[in-house]
Amino acid sequence: MATEIVTNSAARAEVLRRICAAKGGASDEAGVRAAWAGVERGYRRKASLERQAVIELLEDRLRDYDAHVVRVGRGGIAVAVGEMLAKRGKRRMVVPVGIEAELLPAGFEFVVDEGLSASELDGFDGVMTGSTVAIAETGTVVLQNVAGQGKRAATLVPDYHLCVVRVEDVVETVPEAMDRLASTAELPTTFFSGPSATADIEMTRIKGVHGPRFLDVVLTGEL
Amino acid sequence: MSGAVLDPTTSPAFPMAAKAAMGDTQLRKNVRHATEVIQAKRARVVDEMPDWQQLREAGKQIRQHTMENLDFYLEEFERNCTRSGGVVHWARDAAEARQIVTALVKASGSDEVIKIKSMTTEEIHLNDALEAAGIRAYETDLAELIIQLGRDQPSHIVVPALHKNRQQIREIFQREMNLPELGEKPEDLADAARRFLREKFLRVKTGVSGANFLIAETGGVCIVESEGNGRMCLTLPETLITIAGIDKVLPRYQDLEVVLQLLPRSATGERMNPYNSIWTGVRAGDGPQTFHVVLMDNARTEILADEEGRQTLNCIRCGACQNACPVYRQTGGHAYGSVYAGPIGAILTPQLQEMHHAQSLPYASSLCGACYEVCPVKINIPEVLIHLRNKVVKQNGLNAESLAMKTMGMIFRSEARFRAAQRLGRMAEAPLVRKDGQGEGWIGWLPGILGGWTQVRDLQAMPKETFREWWESRGKNGN
Repeated sequence: MATEIVTNSAARAEVLRRICAAKGGASDEAGVRAAWAGVERGYRRKASLERQAVIELLEDRLRDYDAHVVRVGRGGIAVAVGEMLAKRGKRRMVVPVGIEAELLPAGFEFVVDEGLSASELDGFDGVMTGSTVAIAETGTVVLQNVAGQGKRAATLVPDYHLCVVRVEDVVETVPEAMDRLASTAELPTTFFSGPSATADIEMTRIKGVHGPRFLDVVLTGEL
Repeated sequence: MSGAVLDPTTSPAFPMAAKAAMGDTQLRKNVRHATEVIQAKRARVVDEMPDWQQLREAGKQIRQHTMENLDFYLEEFERNCTRSGGVVHWARDAAEARQIVTALVKASGSDEVIKIKSMTTEEIHLNDALEAAGIRAYETDLAELIIQLGRDQPSHIVVPALHKNRQQIREIFQREMNLPELGEKPEDLADAARRFLREKFLRVKTGVSGANFLIAETGGVCIVESEGNGRMCLTLPETLITIAGIDKVLPRYQDLEVVLQLLPRSATGERMNPYNSIWTGVRAGDGPQTFHVVLMDNARTEILADEEGRQTLNCIRCGACQNACPVYRQTGGHAYGSVYAGPIGAILTPQLQEMHHAQSLPYASSLCGACYEVCPVKINIPEVLIHLRNKVVKQNGLNAESLAMKTMGMIFRSEARFRAAQRLGRMAEAPLVRKDGQGEGWIGWLPGILGGWTQVRDLQAMPKETFREWWESRGKNGN
């Protein structure tokens, strides 16, 4: 059965034939590339705000999405993390391979995810990661599967996510973020904007359906 | 309407189904509330964007360009997805797509699947096909879960259970999850769903999803969602099967910067969805290690071949047109007899049926243009509606209505015939006219096909004297 499906080239040929018939011929690469470059992009592709205002916008938009945000200097991350974990009553955290040791405060258990199963991840109080890019205008943080951010399941299954965002990784607009992500486009990538949410019941926004119900963001670095 | 499968080949015509829906005051209340909330949120976040019109224009041009070069971009996607470890399948129609997915699920060694909300799988009635093959499908989106457990049908592209209120949802959950003590706060209901589904997320080894976008340049797939159920389905299983219409392709990774701004604001009134996931093939140690994509035509090439109808394929399924549509807001989604309801459904459904079914849908509109105003990729839905009405008339040939129109045309072309028709009309209407308190004549009922007009309104009787008659007699009397 499986081999029959994989070699179903008749369907492929037929669909492509129908497309070419519908639009009167096949497309050639040079023509397609030139036409794509001709798409009008009159929308904003660059930041318009001062850096300080961009950071403030991110904080504001994250809070609007029910995330808790603290701002600290580079040296103060571990202390801030410790305070947030204590306040939330979290003790046993999972962290990705490659997370910087100086971010982790003493007095808590940090277990490095070296291939934990989903059920094992479900047993942790929370997860702590870094991030690749953050978009101020939309209150979005982007994670990729790299050192310090890890695999997608680890930031999904635990009920609590603590994410460290460096101010130099904050951009104002979505296009700026896509520019930064372009060179690593093939990595598994997750955009998140606040904790998991739904509005399926009478359009009331409810936090935390299947993903983490609580999100803390440590915003770090000097401008 | 609950329980009846939304199949355009068997559903009643829109006016019949709409009449039944109009009688359900609870449904109309639920739909009105939901669409009002979502429209207000959308307006607020769209107003924040100084470049919204430029984004719409870019979105329209990107989608148009993609359709003009669909063969090129699909092949490019296939090449790049395959290179990254994905397996690409092609399906000519719904039956072929169902057969491929069913076989892939069986080959994965599982007799159950967890599913991400997907209108494409609704379109092809995948769950029924899986069930017939002995495979249990669990919907994991909260709204889809409500519909599945309630044996109901989706009524909106983005918020498929918006026709249910919290009490109705609570009753379904109490019964189907065996939770007699369940509270009625939305939080209680969401929490029940979380507990009900978590066990399935951690256990089921095969996931089935749709796709918001396929990225030709990288071979990547993008899914946009809110709850995290999508992430669960596409990262925890061993096998992931994604089914997408061939219209879902985007040329380049960079083009996400346009659609990821247009879609969330238009769909749910959010600046960005809580979660967007982008993955490319398989990656060791992260997510499913077997990944299949089924590229499905199912009459999309038929739409592509129609130059005026082609823009229908630009749709990114945000549902903004539904929320803005006065007809949808009164009738709810089920009256459209298809999983695609509202204005976009009114043009998409008949075309997906190659104009053989759902022919009443192009008429399910007042042509007010609200759908065109809010469409993030500027699909001119009213224009397509009129184009499709034309097609329906041509297809149906001469009928009583077109015959009447032809006769009217003949009468209007000649003064003598027009005068004769006015005299004849006054005589013919006489037995139907009733006087009101002011002495005005009204007709409340017309016979035959004309009856459609008087079903919901009265017709004023013709005046005793026409303007021409008055003018001519005035001339004679010299005053």
